[in-house]
Amino acid sequence: MKKLFIIGVFALFVYACGNEKKETTDDAAPVEDAQKKADPSYDTNRGEGKFKDVKLADKLDNAMALRGEKIADLKCLSCHKLTDEKLVGPGWKGATTRHKPEWIMNFVTNTDVMIDKDPKAQAMLEICMVRMPNQNLDDAAARDVLEFLRKNDGVK
Amino acid sequence: MKKILYSISVVASAMLVFGLQGCKPKNAGDATGADAASKVYVAPGKYDELYNFVSGGFSGQVSVYGIPSGRLLRVIPVFSVDPEKGWGYSEETKPMLNTSSGQIPWGDQHHLDLSQTNGEIDGRWLFANENNTPRIARIDLKTFRTSEIIEIPNSAGNHSSPFITENTEYVVAGTRFSVPMDYENGDVPIDSYKKNFKGTLSFVSVAPKDGEMKLAFQLLLPGMDFDLSHSGKGPSSGWFFFSCYNSEQAHTLLEVNASKRDKDYVLAVNWKKAEEYFKAGKGKKVKVNYAHNKYNEATHTASSTMITETTVIDVKDFPDLVYMIPCPKSPHGCDVDPTGQYIVGSGKLAALIPVFSFAKIQDAIKNKTFDGTYGGIPVIKYEAALYGEVKKPGLGPLHTEFDGKGNAYTTFFISSEIVKWSLKDLKVLDRHPTYYSPGHLCIPGGDTRKPYGKYLIAYNKITKDRFLPTGPELAQSAQLFDISGDKMKLLLDYPTIGEPHYAQAVPAELIAKNSQKIYKLEDNKNPYAALGEKQTKVERKGNEVHVNMTAMRSHLSPDNIEGIKLGDVVYFHVTNLEQDWDVPHGFAIKGNKNAELLIMPGETTTLKWVPEKVGIFPMYCTDFCSALHQEMQGYIRVSAKGSTVPLSFSLGKNSEAAESIIAKK
Repeated sequence: MKKLFIIGVFALFVYACGNEKKETTDDAAPVEDAQKKADPSYDTNRGEGKFKDVKLADKLDNAMALRGEKIADLKCLSCHKLTDEKLVGPGWKGATTRHKPEWIMNFVTNTDVMIDKDPKAQAMLEICMVRMPNQNLDDAAARDVLEFLRKNDGVK
Repeated sequence: MKKILYSISVVASAMLVFGLQGCKPKNAGDATGADAASKVYVAPGKYDELYNFVSGGFSGQVSVYGIPSGRLLRVIPVFSVDPEKGWGYSEETKPMLNTSSGQIPWGDQHHLDLSQTNGEIDGRWLFANENNTPRIARIDLKTFRTSEIIEIPNSAGNHSSPFITENTEYVVAGTRFSVPMDYENGDVPIDSYKKNFKGTLSFVSVAPKDGEMKLAFQLLLPGMDFDLSHSGKGPSSGWFFFSCYNSEQAHTLLEVNASKRDKDYVLAVNWKKAEEYFKAGKGKKVKVNYAHNKYNEATHTASSTMITETTVIDVKDFPDLVYMIPCPKSPHGCDVDPTGQYIVGSGKLAALIPVFSFAKIQDAIKNKTFDGTYGGIPVIKYEAALYGEVKKPGLGPLHTEFDGKGNAYTTFFISSEIVKWSLKDLKVLDRHPTYYSPGHLCIPGGDTRKPYGKYLIAYNKITKDRFLPTGPELAQSAQLFDISGDKMKLLLDYPTIGEPHYAQAVPAELIAKNSQKIYKLEDNKNPYAALGEKQTKVERKGNEVHVNMTAMRSHLSPDNIEGIKLGDVVYFHVTNLEQDWDVPHGFAIKGNKNAELLIMPGETTTLKWVPEKVGIFPMYCTDFCSALHQEMQGYIRVSAKGSTVPLSFSLGKNSEAAESIIAKK
């Protein structure tokens, strides 16, 4: 009975303040696990963003890679080299073997969220000390750049 | 069980009540001070309810405030150079300040009007006038930049401007000073005013799609001072009303000589009729010279074109165009209520406010209830146009706006107050002091068909003891009132930029949703843009050197340049390669007399530099852009005239482009 009473009061308190913390059944103290760090539901291979499954062909789409190169010239290559040498950001050599295509697509199109959340992106930030700017690539442009990255990594 | 359930519900209800009270801000009924604070408090990270565009008077610019917080959001450079934004300093923006008298770095900006569709604010453009060297500017509310400036010939002191018609068909410009026309010999004795000085009312058409302005026609009137104006709406749509004073036609000591007559005039102009005459080819073409400056969004570059002809329609040759309505004591404000039925004239030396009826004016015209003519223009009998007078409202009425609920609010300069009165019975309902001496006031949409009658802002010329002293020069101020109840409540004082002459305000959503974040690199058509670092280069054309440069967090490309010689004129065309919101880069060179640049993401902007000394000149980014902003720097080497140092440029090492140029040599 006493338990029910506490639940009722607690629930109403929560309601009145519009607080969204979860209720507890055995203790009226605030729930602590809201602070917990590693989110097991976060897929570090995929990253966060709208791309869940990016299908890549075995062979390179040359037209796509050419478009991607033009976009990279305009928006990316001030900071990235095509070798593995770091300039402002990391060199691009091997990028497609280090990261899944979904991760690359999400990172390019959802940059700020990924830098704030993704362990690999955060580790890179600690090295480069400059947040990669969102260069406003739409989905098709991001995919073209990915194809250019594949070409840079030797896909034919 | 029942008992327990009962107690749960009692406690729960109690908690609900206490809980709600504890979490919600206190509402009306508390002490006035606390109430006012909560009404203007906009929590960190939250947006204001309204945009407030405030003219900058003698600053020449327009400032943008959030309402109700009174926070300054931006100063939009319009008629004055602005070192904060590079306005008038970059080669691309210099032509915007061109006039028939050359480039003018400092203007006098008085009134604003937001574009309208069907008499309601549509959020597309903001028009601003320049008083001193008559001009009208159109500001694009997607970018908050001045897109276009047109000069008005045959005018001096462009005061009754830039008021617009209900569908933004025209923006008007009435001359404050009557002067000899530009197309006539102006070398005449000043005391020949009555013979040689004329007034004009200009109608500038606005293209419905892109807003481009064009001086359509000018109405020629007897010499007088034209002061303010507003378009008719609803039933009075197609008419425009202008106040005018100095019907005495004085040319000296106007303070006394232009205040002699008991009444001056409100001018009713049938602009639809004037448009008809103009389209039918009436009026005469005259030779003039005026500038039309446009900013091209694709090339990020302004151009200035001189135009040499306009059409003047002399109203005395067209008796059905213009009528004069006597209005007591040097009328200033000329405001039309939201229904379009009433025109409020405010004699600045009067102790009453006349309200004219549009229907009665039409009857008087039909029945020719005239009281002679003035300069060939029929004068309507005062009583025949009058709806009624607001008696003893205060001293020195200036301007009136409306709340859309049947009430009018008028500023009184001399008695320093705002007076609320009813349009229906012309009775005074409330009055509130302002601190001090208000000119214009603004109710959001208060001069349109659809006012947003929750706030009123008074713009005060004098602040004296209201803020901490800052030496002899004090900021002028705005005062925000809550007008949602019967009584006006003062909520907030805040200082303004320059003289807050007139203002417009609009619910934020209408503007915020269209706000542009970046210039897309793909759409950048500036002929000197370096679209990617591969396109950066330095080219010599005689003694001109063009540097097509890029800026990206956190380096300039190229960042080492050699081979510049004394006698060279160097143009740095800097393209900001960022495509993220709010990442501008700056650019400066030591000792450059033409100052600095500020470049928005995706934009190309040009800095001109004429080196005058041999040596090494540092250049760097002036807008803090990243953790490595202090590293965003480079050097330029300047050699003596005739030096053989080859032109070269590099970043890190020589770029591919640099290598290929070197290889060719």
